[in-house]
Amino acid sequence: MMKKDVRLYTISVYSEDQTGLLGRIVQIFTRRKINIRSLTTSESEVVGIYRFTIVVMVTKETIERLVQQIEKIIDVLAAFYSEEDDIVFQEIALYKMKTSTLLDTDVENLIRRNNARVLYIDHDFCVIEKTGHKYETLELFEILKPFGILEFVRSGRIAISKSLTNLNTYLEKLGIEVDK
Amino acid sequence: METTIKSKENMSKTTAKTEKISGAEALMRCLIEEGVEVMFGYPGGAIMPVYDEIFKYKDRIRHILVRHEQGATHAAEGYARVTNKTGVAIATSGPGATNLITGIADAMIDSTPMVCITGQVASPLLGTDAFQETDIIGISAPVVKWSYQVTDANEIPLALAKAFYIANSGRPGPVLIDITKDAQFQQFDFAYKKIDFIRSYKPTPDLQLEQVKQAAKVINSAKKPFMIVGHGVMISGAQKEVVELAEKANIPVSCTWLGASAFPHDHELFHGMVGMHGNYAPNIKTNECDVLIAVGMRFDDRVTGDLKTYAKQAKIVHIELDAAELHKNVFAHAPVLADAKEALTALNPMIIENKHTEWIQEFKDLYAIEFEKVISEDIHPSCPQLRMAEVVNRLSEITEGKAVVVTDVGQHQMIAARYYKFTDTNANVTSGGLGTMGFCLPAAFGAKIADANRQVVAIIGDGGFQMTIQELGTIFQCNTPVKIIILNNNFLGMVRQWQELFFENRYAETELVNPDFVKIADGYGIPAKRLEDRKDLDSALQTMLNHNGPYLLEVMVEKETNVFPMIPSGASVSDVRLS
Repeated sequence: MMKKDVRLYTISVYSEDQTGLLGRIVQIFTRRKINIRSLTTSESEVVGIYRFTIVVMVTKETIERLVQQIEKIIDVLAAFYSEEDDIVFQEIALYKMKTSTLLDTDVENLIRRNNARVLYIDHDFCVIEKTGHKYETLELFEILKPFGILEFVRSGRIAISKSLTNLNTYLEKLGIEVDK
Repeated sequence: METTIKSKENMSKTTAKTEKISGAEALMRCLIEEGVEVMFGYPGGAIMPVYDEIFKYKDRIRHILVRHEQGATHAAEGYARVTNKTGVAIATSGPGATNLITGIADAMIDSTPMVCITGQVASPLLGTDAFQETDIIGISAPVVKWSYQVTDANEIPLALAKAFYIANSGRPGPVLIDITKDAQFQQFDFAYKKIDFIRSYKPTPDLQLEQVKQAAKVINSAKKPFMIVGHGVMISGAQKEVVELAEKANIPVSCTWLGASAFPHDHELFHGMVGMHGNYAPNIKTNECDVLIAVGMRFDDRVTGDLKTYAKQAKIVHIELDAAELHKNVFAHAPVLADAKEALTALNPMIIENKHTEWIQEFKDLYAIEFEKVISEDIHPSCPQLRMAEVVNRLSEITEGKAVVVTDVGQHQMIAARYYKFTDTNANVTSGGLGTMGFCLPAAFGAKIADANRQVVAIIGDGGFQMTIQELGTIFQCNTPVKIIILNNNFLGMVRQWQELFFENRYAETELVNPDFVKIADGYGIPAKRLEDRKDLDSALQTMLNHNGPYLLEVMVEKETNVFPMIPSGASVSDVRLS
């Protein structure tokens, strides 16, 4: 059931490196029966601090509460949410194709036109990579589909804020010392 | 992700002298360092090295052997609620650990500081479905404030230091530390240092003077102010400041159920409890006041009823420590994100002395209506059988409102809320948020063990009593002088009330055929009496209160009484019903 006024929000979470923390964050969504659209995590620019990027489709009211609840987790340093216009974001997609099917076509143009690249190729198959927004990687998917896609995978979103404040300055504002 | 605790805030380079001891002994030493005097628990395989140390340290830390691990958590909660100190519960792995969950969830929703220690299978067996292995960290995660699994004894000092700091700072809550059996046996260099800083955790927000000024402005402009005090007032220790604010600005005061002993009930500005079974005046006046001052409370649905019609006319001043509670249910025009005591200490000097005599008279007029329509018949019933309310009313009068009253969940609880006139603070021990039947009996002995000088009276329904009835064994074994009043109506009374009011009298599975509670108490060596006649009420209560030791008084009460006033579920506070 789609509620009115829902839109895509991107949540950025900075946290300590603790076992089970991902589970605790996810539970905040599970408890409210909110589906996570995508989730990626890796170490941030500060050693030992991890960054989660979570995409959800919810109302403004819900996103505010979600972020407050995430911030309450003891090992979470900070959590923010952004609307689509406030961030630069990207996803990566990989397409596995039979090499033979591509030989019949104008591969070069296909790759060029779509800003994709060939990551790997052997006698049997090749892997094409494309980065972009979801609609862009899907577009290429549609183009390649007639040739037969053996495997397809798309990453979750990673996003960077358009604001100039970086993590360090934010953490310092919170009175948190960071290793530089 | 790796499992070791990072050393950023851990001051691991402590100068304290180290010595080689086992993980299990280290645990005892940590507890002593944290000032723990008593813990509630139950032994089992995966926690045996710790119990061996409990044996060796028994002259330094008292261990209360409960009859079920759930009892250990509620006892720890009872202990914490009367002292504001952290309660400690201890259990083995697997079923021992899962039995803690209800109490942990209860402590979480009622902001009660508790540290739970669980044994765990040896670390090489983790994830192998070993005997009594369960993922207690995973199971408990949604209902703990923090948890940590220790797989190396070296982690014990920091894990425990963090546990006690987190459990009882900011908004208190339960913390679980799971210790594998090999870590309990492991010898290591022990040194302990308490902590008061974790970089990712800011328990108490910095008071923003602008917010206080704004709150003062709103309160000073009020013609019809109304204040609700909650549990946070007691957690913060702001009882005196709340009275000062109320007196200075002449504000009528109400409490939430968990906040019941945060404000003296014999104070002339006190007008009872808000919420579903609260008093008539504060519920009606919630929707007539022009400024609503909420201190250390979270606008729970049992307080607010229908949010769409809740205090819409009023400017809301919300003094609250937990940022996630501000604007969560009710939008605050003047939020003050701070510890209640700190906020009120800054606020009170900005408050202009005022008088609201006519406005307060309106509360008194509504009380007169409630008295005539509900209270009078409740405490002086015309029916031949005893009524719950008259029992609680007499108990309140005889003890002068000074007892620690521990309640279970249901009709008797709401009656206790309505008729026990608390004059002492940290005196109301109940399961508010979670509504845990079976809470009362173990929480009562936890409270009594915490403070032997206070009279502790457990008021329980016949249903809830049987959920943790085995804890009579603990009371017997420890000879804990708790006074137990069973208000027996042979019904799950509150559910029956709803069935009568909202399910056309279909009493589905709410009538109880009960055992002879007096005989059961007798089996546990606890003196007991069954009371059926009104004329014996006072003497029975006196006998119970004066008895030197535990005592059980079973009061046979009218079977089908309803608790009024009542705001039906989802209705507006102004639709509070008197019958």
